[in-house]
Amino acid sequence: MSRRGKVFGSFAEAMVDIPDGATIAFGGFAGPGTPYNLTRALLKHGAKRLTCIANTTGGAHQPRMPDIGMLVENGQVAKVVCAFTAATRPTDVLPFTPYYERGEVEAELVPQGTLAERLRAAGAGIPAFYTPTAVGTELAEGRETRAINGRDYLLEYALPCDYALIRAWRADAAGNLQFRLSQRNFCPLMAMAARTTLVEVEEPILPAGTLDPDQIHTPGIFVHRLVPIPPAPEGLWATRRQERAK
Amino acid sequence: MNAPSNKGWDRQQMADRLAREFQDGWIVNLGVGIPTLCSNTDIGERDITYHAENGVIGYGPVLPPGEEDLHLVNAGGQNVSLNPGAAIVHHADSFGIIRSGRIDVTVMGAYEVAANGDFANWKIGGAKGGGIGGAMDLAACAKRVFIILEHGTRKGEPRLLRTCTLPVTARGVVTLVATNLGLFAPAGDGFAVRELAPGVSFEAAQQATGAPLLPA
Repeated sequence: MSRRGKVFGSFAEAMVDIPDGATIAFGGFAGPGTPYNLTRALLKHGAKRLTCIANTTGGAHQPRMPDIGMLVENGQVAKVVCAFTAATRPTDVLPFTPYYERGEVEAELVPQGTLAERLRAAGAGIPAFYTPTAVGTELAEGRETRAINGRDYLLEYALPCDYALIRAWRADAAGNLQFRLSQRNFCPLMAMAARTTLVEVEEPILPAGTLDPDQIHTPGIFVHRLVPIPPAPEGLWATRRQERAK
Repeated sequence: MNAPSNKGWDRQQMADRLAREFQDGWIVNLGVGIPTLCSNTDIGERDITYHAENGVIGYGPVLPPGEEDLHLVNAGGQNVSLNPGAAIVHHADSFGIIRSGRIDVTVMGAYEVAANGDFANWKIGGAKGGGIGGAMDLAACAKRVFIILEHGTRKGEPRLLRTCTLPVTARGVVTLVATNLGLFAPAGDGFAVRELAPGVSFEAAQQATGAPLLPA
């Protein structure tokens, strides 16, 4: 594992090799951990026929930040794998949903805990697992179930990805990461599941040996490219959610 | 049946009624919407730990504008606070807590609930897509599933039914349902009436329900 060469000067430079057809996981949950800067760079990068894995494609909230919905609008996405293909509140419309309904993009709808575990399994060398989630529902139709100790379980496969785009609070030059509060969410799992993990980092990147080894959330083994987020307005930082889009 | 007497509980009162079922020491997961209001209920000295799907264990009240920490949200995206003893885990551990049966109760909204304990809350009729979020994991694995919903649709059609017409979230799991008309328990062939909201008659509740009501 090289300790050099993990720190990149720009988001564009860090993703220059992402090819058309790549499978990319995007961290974040309701804001914290979302790789806004890397996503914006991917919009400019222009890779097409992507498969995008995330909790959601982006909500119906304002102000809108770079999200998978924008990649869809930009014609870059073939398929999404996520826990929401429509909003739970029927009066909300996700920007993604009309593209899905018109058949311009495919979607695989996955329960959130199954999504997390499929990513974890990919990163842990586990090809598949059984879960009680979604047994007896439309999602389980035609799929393999198995009774274990008297309860039915659904077979789910690991979800490996080519790239993970995530956001972290602190990193050292070896790629060790710390997340702050609910920023963690899917990010460590996606880093494990990906062959190449890109991280946008909020705090200045520290020399290796600075972070306490006992306080690392994701070890540098799972992390390949770090980009420090520039100050606003050049860098995108979290803002408070405004009202729901009408 | 006159209109005012049929109104019953408001949203906070529905949430209050379910929250009073929470027992000391419970780990509770509240869904988006009306269930969130359960955290406003005064249930005295009972010690409740709120779990959010995104790995926030032990969150407290929503913080007012200007006091939020933008690194911290609950599963509804609200900028919450942390109570003493809180912990943060990643999503796989958070759902490990759920699937291994550590959640004492999950409270969710729904479009429909059936007398056999099935419920539907992820996909509306005719839609191609849906929003599952953590609902299927929670519904399949929490020790108890409580549902809060308006007793009827805006068109006046019942939401408490013999069987669900929409794709279900989980089967046979709902144990308690609070609506604007009262508190009901799925009982197989019908719903047992645990309590009626003030001013709501048994007959009025029965008329608004798509399954038999069983007197308390």
